[in-house]
Amino acid sequence: MDIPTRTKTVQERRNVVILFAGDSGDGIQLTGAQFTDTNALFGNDVSTFPNFPAEIRAPQGTLAGVSGFQLHFGSVEIFTPGDLCDVLVVMNAAALKANLSKLKQGGTIIANTDGFDKKNLRLAGYIDQADPLTDGTLAAYTLHSVDVTKMTRNALEGTTLGMKEKDRCKNMFVLGFINWMFSRDLANSERFLQQKFGKKAELLDANLRALKAGYHYGDTSETFTTRFEVKPAPMPKGTYRSITGNQGTALGLLAGAQKAKLDLFYGSYPITPASDILHELSRHKNFGVLTFQAEDEIAAIASAIGASYGGALGVTASSGPGIALKTEAMGLAFMLELPLVIVNVQRGGPSTGLPTKTEQADLWQAVHGRNGEAPIPVIAASTPIDCFDMAFEAVQIAVEHMTPVILLTDGYIANGAEPWRFPASKDLPAITPNFIKGPNDGEAFLPYLRDERSVRPWALPGQPGLQHRIGGIEKQDRTGNISYDPANHEKMVRLRAEKVARIADRFKPIRLDTGPPEGELLIVGWGSTYGAIRTAALALQAEGHSVAHVHLRHLFPFNKGLGPLLKKYKRVLVPEMNSGQLRQLLRAEFLVDAQGLNKIQGMPFTSEEIHAAALNLLKS
Amino acid sequence: MSTTNGTTTASVKVDFSSDQEVRWCPGCGDYSILKQVQTLLEQSGKKKEEVVFISGIGCSSRFPYYLDTYGLHSIHGRAPAIVSGLRSVRPDLSVWMITGDGDALSIGGNHIIHLLRRNVDVNVLLFNNQIYGLTKGQYSPTSPEGAVTRSTPMGSTDHPFNPLALVKGADGTFIARSMDRDPKHMREVLARADAHRGTSLVEIYQNCNVFNDGAFETFTEKATKPIHSLFVEHGKPLVYANGTKGICLKDMRPRVIDIGPEFSANDCWVHDERDAFKASLLVRLFDDPRMEGGFPRPFGVFYVNERATHEAKMTAQVKAARERKGEGDLDALLKGEHTWTIV
Repeated sequence: MDIPTRTKTVQERRNVVILFAGDSGDGIQLTGAQFTDTNALFGNDVSTFPNFPAEIRAPQGTLAGVSGFQLHFGSVEIFTPGDLCDVLVVMNAAALKANLSKLKQGGTIIANTDGFDKKNLRLAGYIDQADPLTDGTLAAYTLHSVDVTKMTRNALEGTTLGMKEKDRCKNMFVLGFINWMFSRDLANSERFLQQKFGKKAELLDANLRALKAGYHYGDTSETFTTRFEVKPAPMPKGTYRSITGNQGTALGLLAGAQKAKLDLFYGSYPITPASDILHELSRHKNFGVLTFQAEDEIAAIASAIGASYGGALGVTASSGPGIALKTEAMGLAFMLELPLVIVNVQRGGPSTGLPTKTEQADLWQAVHGRNGEAPIPVIAASTPIDCFDMAFEAVQIAVEHMTPVILLTDGYIANGAEPWRFPASKDLPAITPNFIKGPNDGEAFLPYLRDERSVRPWALPGQPGLQHRIGGIEKQDRTGNISYDPANHEKMVRLRAEKVARIADRFKPIRLDTGPPEGELLIVGWGSTYGAIRTAALALQAEGHSVAHVHLRHLFPFNKGLGPLLKKYKRVLVPEMNSGQLRQLLRAEFLVDAQGLNKIQGMPFTSEEIHAAALNLLKS
Repeated sequence: MSTTNGTTTASVKVDFSSDQEVRWCPGCGDYSILKQVQTLLEQSGKKKEEVVFISGIGCSSRFPYYLDTYGLHSIHGRAPAIVSGLRSVRPDLSVWMITGDGDALSIGGNHIIHLLRRNVDVNVLLFNNQIYGLTKGQYSPTSPEGAVTRSTPMGSTDHPFNPLALVKGADGTFIARSMDRDPKHMREVLARADAHRGTSLVEIYQNCNVFNDGAFETFTEKATKPIHSLFVEHGKPLVYANGTKGICLKDMRPRVIDIGPEFSANDCWVHDERDAFKASLLVRLFDDPRMEGGFPRPFGVFYVNERATHEAKMTAQVKAARERKGEGDLDALLKGEHTWTIV
């Protein structure tokens, strides 16, 4: 890049948390994603958390309409999008009001002054329209007021764009400025704009101009005397890409289907925050992927069952309310003993709850939520990358054990992103469907004759001699014919439960995430709390405490090593974004006096919250 | 010997009946339908292994157990969705769906309309007996207003569905009606349904002799059938009552005419099963037979429309994607569009 840089102080930082916030129409998500991309490309470790309103276009300028994008990047390993931010970029008064509590004491605010006019102040609810940028209430912070709108318009003078279109380039001015502030060059952002606007020369030119104007502004303005630099992180060597949790889930499912040599059928009904899995899979039809946007959640899962019956890998995904609707069909899939993957991208509940916020409150629904005794394996992903691994494992279990499998992720990791050193396809294990081609009992075919793992065969329609009838009604052992025999029913309930319990035989030995193999405190987590717990556990260890962290991927059945492990620590702490669902399962299963740390605010834990709770428990 | 779950696969002659004991009430109209389906399958030359029956819940939905084919007895109302998924991945099979008035039009009402609009290739046999039989006698969405049943001792307050008008409204591509008491007609209609590519829906009037005996007897019994039932055939005039009455179209409205000195069969509406607008009128001939001077109830194939099936369009997209992007390369997919390397 040929932009001259004046001499200004450069401060080095190990890690920085920056939060971009503005109206949902301000292009905040794009700005955040672009800056993330640039840092990842530079070699930083990154973690992101977009936070958007439930409404597509909530009234402009209001608190309800604030969209945010938080990025944590560093020269060290990063596990979470960060607790509090170092830099808060706000496009209007509402964005400041909604997010000031997330800024560290003494942190930096970059505010677009145009978003603090009388109207914006009133809409944001500032009493008497008092302007926080000028009334001294922000004295504890480093405040930079920048008239982004005016400077963007100036930069675009002479173009034929209308005022509205010019103002849409504001986010590029901000991106240019932030790139300057963190000593990044513009090459990556320029490349991105060329790809996005390549054919629309005028828009490309305008966005590039705004981007450069932002950068120059940082360089020339007297108010900014300091730039920051975050050096590359010691990341393992290799080729990386960025991946969100929902992308990871989609790719994990697809990779699993490929490794099982099955077509993937994905039946789903649009729901936040699961829809991106449908969007991603529908782009990959050249892999034999069939996506079916069903008329409702019930049809979504029922169509997937039909596809599995026909010999494809049936998959459905939703969030809590949709999963509730699928419940009856999950019982059918359990009864039929067909492969099926059910993904629940959890969100705040109950009922419609908090559609765009995160929660882990569907664990009991997954483990217990069916009529009759219908145990279905439940596994959970802990990070965006882990979504890939666990989706792949969900396919493995479903296909090799002839059972529906529930995969739990949540809105936090589904939308969050991190760098992924993606695997080579040859390093992924093959998956072996339990297909049967001929009779399995002398001359006869028994659809419910089980193998040594208690798994029944998968007999696809179209094969002569294997005609059989299956259904949700209780069936006779081995033959699958309708049976109301009392003793047979008890036998079948136990056989089906045993089959699912024996899935634990395939799990690798339980492994601590960090910490001593025995000691004072074990923190047990599951799902998206991973980063916050790991950060807290490492800090506690550095302070000399005997603290270990185990993160559960298998929630039903549990890993066989979990019971013995729990007994090796004096205390057990279970942080969850619910009222204590895993804690109760652990207590019931292992008679362990597990203590809970429970946050039910639709927002993830900060590592500080877990740190404090652990210290309290250690002192007790 | 036939095969069923757990018995030998040895088979001498093609016989589509399974060895399971049929458990419908003696005298149930379902027996007649089962017999005609078995006969049709045997005559069609289909192989047993290429036929799949999917059902929901209800008396009719036990049907798959009595056929030596592949079968899935699913959950209440959801058979259309299961069929849609199965069909998407298995265009090679002959798929049949067995449902009833409660299963298809009440709990499964949403699914059936979407199956029809998508035009999934399946033969849907809708057993209509205007009652809930398996749950022992509650009114159904096709029971007439005022029907006195176990759940409506003072008479039903619900207006019933006209099932075929619903099917037409959902753009069904094969619409037909038959009755359990006319096996020959049923077999002919079923054969037509089987030959059609797309969702073929056949409403079959089926007598529940336990909870709703005689619901359709006006249309099915010898004494009243000629006056109250109209059997339509493609290219033939709408004539009934042993040739003494017909239906003509005047100013876009159907009218009953007496064939004799004033009118001849040439004045009647000639049935054209390709005509969507006439089909909309035909399905609307739904007068209560107790009403004086009403229209007769039509039977036969009302409407046939060839449009692409849902699975054909899905498969075409996969093919097109493969032509455009090549067969999926998992490594390229995992790599994505944008990478960087740490050395």
